[in-house]
Amino acid sequence: MTMRKRLTPFFIAAPVVLTAATLAAGVWPGSEQQSPPAQAPQQQSDIVISLAEPGARPRYAVPDFIARSSDAETADAAKMLGGVLWDDLAYEREFYMVPRDTYKTIPSAASMQAVPFDRWKELGADGLVQGSIEKTGPAAYRVEVRLFDVRSGRAVYSRQYDGTTANPRLFAHTAADEIHLHQRALRGVARTKLTFSSDRGGEAMAGTIRERGAKDIYISDYDGANQRRVTVTRTLNLYPQWSPDSRTISYTSYSTGFPDIVLARIYDGVNERPLGGKFQSWLAAWSPDGTRICFTATRDGNAELYVVNRDGSNLRRLTNNPAIDSTPTWSPAGNQIAFTSDRAGAPQIYIVDVDGLNIQKLTSESYCDRPTWSPAPFNEIAYEARTGPGYDIKVINVATREVRQLTFGQGSNESPAFSPNGRHLVFSSTRSGKRQIYTMARDGQGVKQITTVGANQTPDWSK
Amino acid sequence: MISRSMQCGAVAAAVIVVGLSVSACGAKKAPVARPVAPVEQPVAQEPAPPPPPPPKPVAVNEPGLNTATLSDDPLTAKSLDDLNRESPLQPAFFEYDSSELTPAARTVLDADAATLKKYASWIITVEGHCDERGTAEYNTALGERRAAAARAYLVSLGVPADRLHVVSYGKEFPFDPAHTEAAYAANRRAHLVITAK
Repeated sequence: MTMRKRLTPFFIAAPVVLTAATLAAGVWPGSEQQSPPAQAPQQQSDIVISLAEPGARPRYAVPDFIARSSDAETADAAKMLGGVLWDDLAYEREFYMVPRDTYKTIPSAASMQAVPFDRWKELGADGLVQGSIEKTGPAAYRVEVRLFDVRSGRAVYSRQYDGTTANPRLFAHTAADEIHLHQRALRGVARTKLTFSSDRGGEAMAGTIRERGAKDIYISDYDGANQRRVTVTRTLNLYPQWSPDSRTISYTSYSTGFPDIVLARIYDGVNERPLGGKFQSWLAAWSPDGTRICFTATRDGNAELYVVNRDGSNLRRLTNNPAIDSTPTWSPAGNQIAFTSDRAGAPQIYIVDVDGLNIQKLTSESYCDRPTWSPAPFNEIAYEARTGPGYDIKVINVATREVRQLTFGQGSNESPAFSPNGRHLVFSSTRSGKRQIYTMARDGQGVKQITTVGANQTPDWSK
Repeated sequence: MISRSMQCGAVAAAVIVVGLSVSACGAKKAPVARPVAPVEQPVAQEPAPPPPPPPKPVAVNEPGLNTATLSDDPLTAKSLDDLNRESPLQPAFFEYDSSELTPAARTVLDADAATLKKYASWIITVEGHCDERGTAEYNTALGERRAAAARAYLVSLGVPADRLHVVSYGKEFPFDPAHTEAAYAANRRAHLVITAK
């Protein structure tokens, strides 16, 4: 039984590629990034991959884009895009980003052929990312982005993008991802999205008990922009998870009065219920190839894990233990599942092969839950661990079993999920009062608040 | 806390008396009896027209009437919302991080089972709830275990299993939103909701 919902389709810009070239990396002493000072001690194993050595990062500057059309909308977009692209390039900490307030004395370039390179050289920039934006139709932009080597004045990387005016930030996000890929062989996350459950709609749940607030599923850009509602129901919707192709969100819905897993194809406006409400189910997790879902159900008398194909066929029981087994997450290779079980008393993190064999206990703390398995190249599992009255996010290396702690009691920090390049986590925290969604780097630095309205929880990061 | 008081359905009736008082100021006339309308006796009124008898009467095999389904029993006259607001079914409370039924919980469920047998047409959902100190994810399963424990006990006391459903709301709907031990204790419960009469 499918329920049809009309959802606004998203506009996707279609990038058009013109030219590409390589950039020689400059060497400048770089100072630390713009994020708040580190709260946690630096671990030796982090620095090698997630941060380039401090002396070797090229210094990039990103001024406002050149507005090649004279209307106000394009002028606003030109100012905005420079800032968004700067933030996107700062996010992975691969480049030292020259602060934008130091650009005040440098005249804006009139065109790509008239960039004042000598002024940027004085400022100490190695690379200049200069963009331009032009309106080519009533609802169409053409955006050009060039990466210049400041010393030689050569454009070492150029792209032109055509797209609609509906979501101009996407131009900057696309350029940032491509620059990261081209310069650092790194898959950036600027075009990825977050999903979470929120009560900001303020509606009451339908039913015979009053004063119960409904919660619905929302999505947002990775930086918190463009927050949009996905479900409009007067019920409880929790635990959203992006499918690997990022076109479907699975979530647990109480719309029938009992938890049931719904797959919402958000760009088609179609819902699927693979289990058809035949028994209660919750907390679904997608296999990395998107063909199967692992979830929790009590159909055999207590909370166990089951695996089923996306269309509801081939239901298979994974765990067999009178304890609570819940909250699955798949390994990136798709051959193991980590989960929470209280078979040893308090809930701890375990790993099992996908055929149900070789159950291993990973953690021995007072209370652990919500494992999330990092994508390659890191072989780590993040989870929430009780550290006092509340919880903190910890990461365990699956091979060495070393544990790192990422948050240290700033409110209660729960429900972590990794970004698709494994370099960031999204989580919920009560550090500012009501529960909100935050992101941070995998070393715990760069904590950024994503939501501010209502109470928001159980997030996930698209792939 | 759900109060145990049941509202009496009786309403005081209007007593209408029409009469004229006699002024005795200064007049030397004899008092005159004026006609007085007859006094109406107070009539007990129903609070609302009683709903039609439940579609599935309780003991169909018994030839006699089951007095529990007659309309002068106030409980059957209420809407589901009213019933659940002042529920005659008390919740069973649990210890921290536990789904074991304490002796106090069993006592409560004993009384609930008796009520459920009396109003034998009611369909119940047993909701499992947790206090806010666990994680959202684990609490969904712990709440389910609490509700299932309460349901199993009610079934063992003779309540038909197909009248009892189980759902867990984890820590999503605390009955007391405060962050105190007393509030936590009030939130760790199996809560009985009447979903059909």
